[in-house]
Amino acid sequence: MQKEKRQLKAATKSNIITYAMLIAAFIIVSIICATNDKMYQFKGMLVPLCIYSIMAVSLNLVVGILGDLSLGHAGFMCIGAYVGAFFSVLLKDNIPLDWLRFVISLVLGGVTAGIFGFLIGIPVLRLRGDYLAIVTLAFGEIIKNIVNLLYVGVDGSGLHVSIKSASDLNLAEDGTVIVKGALGITGTPNDSNFTVGFVLLLITVFVSLNLINSRTGRAVKSIRDNRIAAETVGISVTRYKLIVFMISAFFAGIAGVLYSHNISSLNTSIFGYNTSILVLVYVVLGGIGSTRGSIIAAVILYALPEMLRDLRDYRMLIYAVVLILLMIVNNNEKFNLFKEKISITRFIQNRRNGMKGAKS
Amino acid sequence: MKLKKIMASFLAAAAAITCLTACKTDGDSGSGDNSGDNSTTSGATLRIGGSGPLTGDYALYGNGVKNGAQLAVDEINAAGGINGVTIEFRMEDDEAAEEKAVNAYNVLKDWDMDLSIGTVTSGACIAFGAEAAKDNMFLLTPSSTAVECIAADNAFRVCFSDPNQGVASADYIADQSLATKIAAIYQSDNAYSAGIFDKFKSEAGNKGLEIVSEQSFTSDNATDFSAQIQSIKDSGAELLFLPIYYSEASLILQQAKNAGLDVKVFGCDGLDGILNMKNFDVSLAEGVMLLTPFAADATDEATVHFVTEYRAKYGDETMNQFAADAYDAIYIIKAAAEKAGINADMSASDICNALKTAMTEITVDGVTGTSITWAADGEPSKEPKAVVINDGSYKAM
Repeated sequence: MQKEKRQLKAATKSNIITYAMLIAAFIIVSIICATNDKMYQFKGMLVPLCIYSIMAVSLNLVVGILGDLSLGHAGFMCIGAYVGAFFSVLLKDNIPLDWLRFVISLVLGGVTAGIFGFLIGIPVLRLRGDYLAIVTLAFGEIIKNIVNLLYVGVDGSGLHVSIKSASDLNLAEDGTVIVKGALGITGTPNDSNFTVGFVLLLITVFVSLNLINSRTGRAVKSIRDNRIAAETVGISVTRYKLIVFMISAFFAGIAGVLYSHNISSLNTSIFGYNTSILVLVYVVLGGIGSTRGSIIAAVILYALPEMLRDLRDYRMLIYAVVLILLMIVNNNEKFNLFKEKISITRFIQNRRNGMKGAKS
Repeated sequence: MKLKKIMASFLAAAAAITCLTACKTDGDSGSGDNSGDNSTTSGATLRIGGSGPLTGDYALYGNGVKNGAQLAVDEINAAGGINGVTIEFRMEDDEAAEEKAVNAYNVLKDWDMDLSIGTVTSGACIAFGAEAAKDNMFLLTPSSTAVECIAADNAFRVCFSDPNQGVASADYIADQSLATKIAAIYQSDNAYSAGIFDKFKSEAGNKGLEIVSEQSFTSDNATDFSAQIQSIKDSGAELLFLPIYYSEASLILQQAKNAGLDVKVFGCDGLDGILNMKNFDVSLAEGVMLLTPFAADATDEATVHFVTEYRAKYGDETMNQFAADAYDAIYIIKAAAEKAGINADMSASDICNALKTAMTEITVDGVTGTSITWAADGEPSKEPKAVVINDGSYKAM
């Protein structure tokens, strides 16, 4: 009993460090932004950093907590991005309040992605092991290809959908084509900014951490660690897996909406296999299961190639080398021991223990 | 533990892929470092920024633009600059991705860019252009063909737009009576290819051309075209229209030859570069016609000058239409800037306002066309040129 209490406390402490880290980063960045007129590169990177952090945190739920390998995370991002952008472009003139429209499209994009997560999860999460990886990989590609074919236009008589070409939409004179096949959606209003991105990241982290430390989270972790034992004690494996998968898809959708409202040109080329792998790399190199690690890895690995721009043609080479080095170092026992030694959580704990020891 | 193993192998594979794609530059990295970074004074020079795919699949295009623009900048500086002001040029890598293009734009803004030549590829240019429109930054893209790229009034382009190319191709085929039964292979998930084909199809109908076979592929299945080629063979087409990029076209030509498909081939500017591909048997491209504003062996003075200078400096590998467009873009900026009386003390927004008006008033003779003029919507007006590949080089038609 005593021991469990202390463990719970450790988890809470770790969470507090995560929030403190995020808020400190936000305050520092805000001060830098407010005091510098220039630094456009720095400012421009803030929203993408939030987007990829949200992606990494949400994928960490599936990979780290659920213990399943998902290779189609960019597919959910794609759904969120397209739904959100479509809604915003469609109602650009009808909803005068920018923030209201953006909030609605965020919810819409997230929920749609969550629904897709649910639909795909039903058959897929009943599978075991590598099959989930294969099916999610396929799902990501299917979504991308379907969206590529879509032409959607709107005129006085309503929505028109075609999978052939813009001229097959048969729009009236006053109609506009919103989704233009491979060209995607252009002219999405620029509603994303760092504050919104940061708040969304905070919400993602909040939900993620609370989920991990909740009754549901413990059930999910028990499935990850020993599925048969979990089933024996009466945990509904599929149900819990679905919950996590849906939440993860929901936040990927949110990240997608944020993405599409940050850049005015949206097409599917970004939502391919490479992006899914990239986010997986963030999660793995950040330490599977660690929310804080996912964010740190996402920030470092996204910013790195941008920071290396001065090296011109060599930057991609260096990026790859850094990735490999990180992988080697992360798996090195000595490094992990060293990390343990300098860990902040450990430091605080030791001090507390030390103080307790001194008192008694 | 098992999961970790699977993941490790996946990551290893992914890292390997990243390495491979990232290293697929076109080999001119040695000469690539001459742009930008030699800036010490900020007020006395006019800074032109651009972005394009310097690494990855479309590196041949991006490096062509980079070299072409740099060549023009060096020439202009040697001749005294624009209105006596020295110009500087800096090209950033965007890997043809929207997000990276916005990052590149921000980097260029940190560098105090005064005006830009936008980006090389369409999707990236739309994203780049939206940022430029917000800042009222002048933009003249050499090679972004999508209509939306120059939607804002600060944006102009040197090349033809996608719909224009589709219409021009159909008109050319009909007017020259090249064929009446036409087959086409296009890439359905590519805005450039689908955009051209859509307009080509409607214009072909107007001109009495019959499209007997309409085949498509996507970037995920762009290696085996035997099904498409077989059905084209069965359709009895006389001419194969290929509004696609050169790397896929080279495979189609090879496979068409193996399948015994013997038809005329007509393409757009995306085919430009096919002769410079490594390991490509140029005899396959014999007789291929393409709509491109630039033929390296044209005998007019401007082209001869450009080709000689470019070859001496950067070699043949990236000497394509993109390089020529970029070379022209810099000279167009020069013409407009001289007309508008631009000097280095003006703000980027003032420069943009002045150039916007000047662009509609100038007439430029360049490598990619003569007597080019611009309307306020940013589209150029020039004669489309077609070339035919003969003995491994372009011949004007």
